[in-house]
Amino acid sequence: MNILEVTNLSVRFENVQPLRELSFSVARGASLAVIGPNGAGKTVLFRAIIGAIPSRGTVRWAEGVRIGYVPQKLDLDRDVPITALDFLATRKTLTAVSDKDISQMLTLVGISSEVTKTPIGTLSGGQFQRLLIAFALLGNPNVLLLDELTAGVDEPGQRQLNELVARLQHDRGLTVLFISHELSVVYRYANNVLCLGGGTAHIGAPKEILTPDLLRDIYGAPVDYHIHDH
Amino acid sequence: MTTEALLLPIAMATASGLVGCFAVMRRMALAGDALSHVALPGIGIALAFGFNPLLGAATMLFFGALLVWALEGQAHVATETIVGVVFSVALAIGSMMASGEELIDALFGGAGVLSRAEVIFGVAGSSLVVAFILTQKNKLVVMLVSSEVARTAGIRVRLLDFLYLEMFSLTIALGLRYLGALLMGALIIIPAATAKQVSKSLNGMLIVATVAALTATLAGTALATHNHRQTGPFIVTTAGAIFLLSLLYRRR
Repeated sequence: MNILEVTNLSVRFENVQPLRELSFSVARGASLAVIGPNGAGKTVLFRAIIGAIPSRGTVRWAEGVRIGYVPQKLDLDRDVPITALDFLATRKTLTAVSDKDISQMLTLVGISSEVTKTPIGTLSGGQFQRLLIAFALLGNPNVLLLDELTAGVDEPGQRQLNELVARLQHDRGLTVLFISHELSVVYRYANNVLCLGGGTAHIGAPKEILTPDLLRDIYGAPVDYHIHDH
Repeated sequence: MTTEALLLPIAMATASGLVGCFAVMRRMALAGDALSHVALPGIGIALAFGFNPLLGAATMLFFGALLVWALEGQAHVATETIVGVVFSVALAIGSMMASGEELIDALFGGAGVLSRAEVIFGVAGSSLVVAFILTQKNKLVVMLVSSEVARTAGIRVRLLDFLYLEMFSLTIALGLRYLGALLMGALIIIPAATAKQVSKSLNGMLIVATVAALTATLAGTALATHNHRQTGPFIVTTAGAIFLLSLLYRRR
């Protein structure tokens, strides 16, 4: 059973058309990676399927879907006086969330109580991403959209974040759509991969479709990668 | 000063302090300041046709905010540039429509004798702005962090954005009698910028901005009255002095 069905999705910005007649579906509980070079339309795709930008075609989410979104780019000045707790507490006016729920969520994602008093602009990349995950989870989502979750995070932090998401997905039966530039992460965590680039789109299991030829066509250059087969 | 005469500046300054916090955090300090200029042609038209200048200003400000909102919805339009051009031209046109004492008051503010209707409009409008910010502050914070996160959290992003801009405009209209079209934007931006320097939490910022705006308004009005001058320059200069103090405090 599919939680998302996208048919003939196109997005146009004046003279640029990042997405053209894109069709794919995502099964409930699956993990879909979206890859492609910069400018291929990965973030545009995420923004289009949540209705944040105008698009043509159809985007059909299953009934009762609740989306948690973890953005790539922070829209915020780094020095705004909003603490991590201020940010999480905003959930109280959006959904039925108690202080206890917030405290449990902080433990779950690995944020210490000291960090919650810190202005969000001064959090490290990894801490900030954990905070965004906590915010998303407080909305009790059944779908997570992660736009380059580990960008700007150090190597151990990247591994911890990826493991955290995999654990959450397993424990809560989440469907996860994630944008990544790390092919090893795609191989390890995704059931399917959507490759965008060069005006085309390909979808399938990573081991089946991520051939050196396809990667070269999409990225316009040979791509080196290592497969972690565990 | 009578209690009634104090009521309006207190209400107006409270609204300015609160609404300004989100303007500064949204990085719309310049656009917001320019938006206040659009009040001037409204005042000019009102004077020419003999109706209340405040009504003319409020109407123009409503459409000014609508323009900013519509531009924000266009992905490839440089909002700051267009706002800068349109609102500066509005200031020029407005200056041509008024003259002499009227123009000076419209530009820099001059409290004079307030009618009962003006006080009622001012207090009611300020209460609306304060209630809006206090009830919507959480949603505005989520929107600040990311409009995509806000949208998926169930917030009607465009509607909230529109309402915020209109509250910003209403706050400008409320302060026109005191600060004029040229300086009212500054009373919204400077106290909030002061609060951003010294605060460590959202509620702290809202409180500091309100106190700074109230202090600047009351002290500035008292100084202007004592010196028989327009109120706007004294209020904004006081706000600027408080901002400088906040910079020194931060450097400690």
